[in-house]
Amino acid sequence: MNYDKLLNRTLAELKPSGIRKFFDIAAEMEDVISLSVGEPDFATPWHIRQTAIHTLEKGRTWYSPNAGLLRLREAIAAYVARHDGVTYDPKTEILVTVGGSEAIDLCLRALLSPGDEVLIPEPSFVCYDPLTRLTGATPVPLTTRAEDAFRLKAETVRAAITPHTKLLVLPFPNNPTGAIMPREELEELADVLRGTDIMVLSDEIYSELTYGREHVSIASLPGMQERTLLVSGFSKAFAMTGWRLGYACGPAPVMKLLTKLHQYAIMCAPTTAQHAAIEALENGDEDVLHMREEYDMRRRLIVDALNRMGLTCFEPEGAFYVFPSIRSTGMTSEEFCHRLLTEKHVAVIPGNAFGDCGEGFIRISYCYSVKHITEALERIHAFLEENGLCK
Amino acid sequence: MDKLLKILAKDARLTNAQLAAMLNTTEADVAERIATLEKAGVIRGYQALVDWDKTDRELVTAEINLKIAPSKETGFDGIAEIIMSFDEVESVSLMSGGYDLSVIITGRSFKDVAMFVAKRLSPLDGVLSTATHFVLKRYKERGVLFTNEEKDERGQV
Repeated sequence: MNYDKLLNRTLAELKPSGIRKFFDIAAEMEDVISLSVGEPDFATPWHIRQTAIHTLEKGRTWYSPNAGLLRLREAIAAYVARHDGVTYDPKTEILVTVGGSEAIDLCLRALLSPGDEVLIPEPSFVCYDPLTRLTGATPVPLTTRAEDAFRLKAETVRAAITPHTKLLVLPFPNNPTGAIMPREELEELADVLRGTDIMVLSDEIYSELTYGREHVSIASLPGMQERTLLVSGFSKAFAMTGWRLGYACGPAPVMKLLTKLHQYAIMCAPTTAQHAAIEALENGDEDVLHMREEYDMRRRLIVDALNRMGLTCFEPEGAFYVFPSIRSTGMTSEEFCHRLLTEKHVAVIPGNAFGDCGEGFIRISYCYSVKHITEALERIHAFLEENGLCK
Repeated sequence: MDKLLKILAKDARLTNAQLAAMLNTTEADVAERIATLEKAGVIRGYQALVDWDKTDRELVTAEINLKIAPSKETGFDGIAEIIMSFDEVESVSLMSGGYDLSVIITGRSFKDVAMFVAKRLSPLDGVLSTATHFVLKRYKERGVLFTNEEKDERGQV
């Protein structure tokens, strides 16, 4: 068989994830202390797990409706209304998906055709660009910069819009930078978008994890709900990554298409996870609060230590990552990460894995215990000191 | 205030600079707050949590449950004060339920501990009965697992 001829060319030519590469190297080494993962270190709160166990005991193991259990969609509607002040009809405007990831894929596939352009801020999570390419549409990277606290500036968007622009991806709070979009800057962005036919794919998976100020959804701004697809999920807020459960909310005509695609490709999200998710939404506020406080302490600990070492670090206000500059070391991101891993057995992710403009930065996750973090920071400090790079 | 205590109760070795960063305050403020807590007797000390089974020091620990006839003058406090003055005794608590005092002691051997109970505790005025329970294995102490740490299963995606 000549598989080269057989395989889908677009897919075969997509470059592999730069996050994966470092995980693989780290997995081969003994005694690695990692600050690289993108998932909570907390186990799913017990009452949520227990709810799932109860439904399994009762044998409630059937398919759910394609769009998800109605009770879950109602709970999502209530939750989004409570948090973001936006109301969605559970029957026609909400779809339960296999993680936020599936929701992102569905949004892109439901909207895009070859020739369309998609504006994608960078640095950002690695999936938007390849999934866009698979539809035949063209990703247009938008640079965000450390001096703007990695926020997306309205003028950057305005300058990138062409007659082909179909969609703007808005991934805030941001992985990998930890940046958020405050209300004022969202307003400016909305001013650019209102009056166009451009949709927004607002990936708000980290919306529960902001420190100091509340997350604002662009869907809540006047005139924006009709042009926004709000994507979120349970992984980050409720420490439910392995359950694979997310959702999309948006205008009924678009959601109808998403649901059609979901119905053919997936049927429905895992039913056990859906039962657990209802419990998370209805009784999980205190868990979220506790985890957020814990992340916040770790965040300040890391930012303070990095700045002392001379790895300047803007104050991340969301998610669970810090994104310090390593330019002062004279190394590239890959070189820095590689040497830190081989010399000190500390795994972090090179910033350029999240787009070219991430070069000169590294992503550090604080989904680890304080003990683990302080140990890793000591090793990073020793690495800089031994290489004569400490401030 | 209680946030500082919560952190210290988990890990007392963080520096004041680290604590200040975590609590969004200054090192001087942290130092002052700790000093106040120590002075007020809220913080009673800082100790390492040792798994003696991993060392060559052979020790046995026992929990002894005592039933007490409280004295008219001092209630349970008088006898508790006598018991806590013994060096071998690690902790003494007044309990609700089926017995009155729980005493934890550590000795070099089972016999050591048994003799301590027989010769020092049982004869005390007011001690009605003793029940000695030896610790066979520690799984978790003060929130820290004493079994092998579970491997971090993350980092697969």
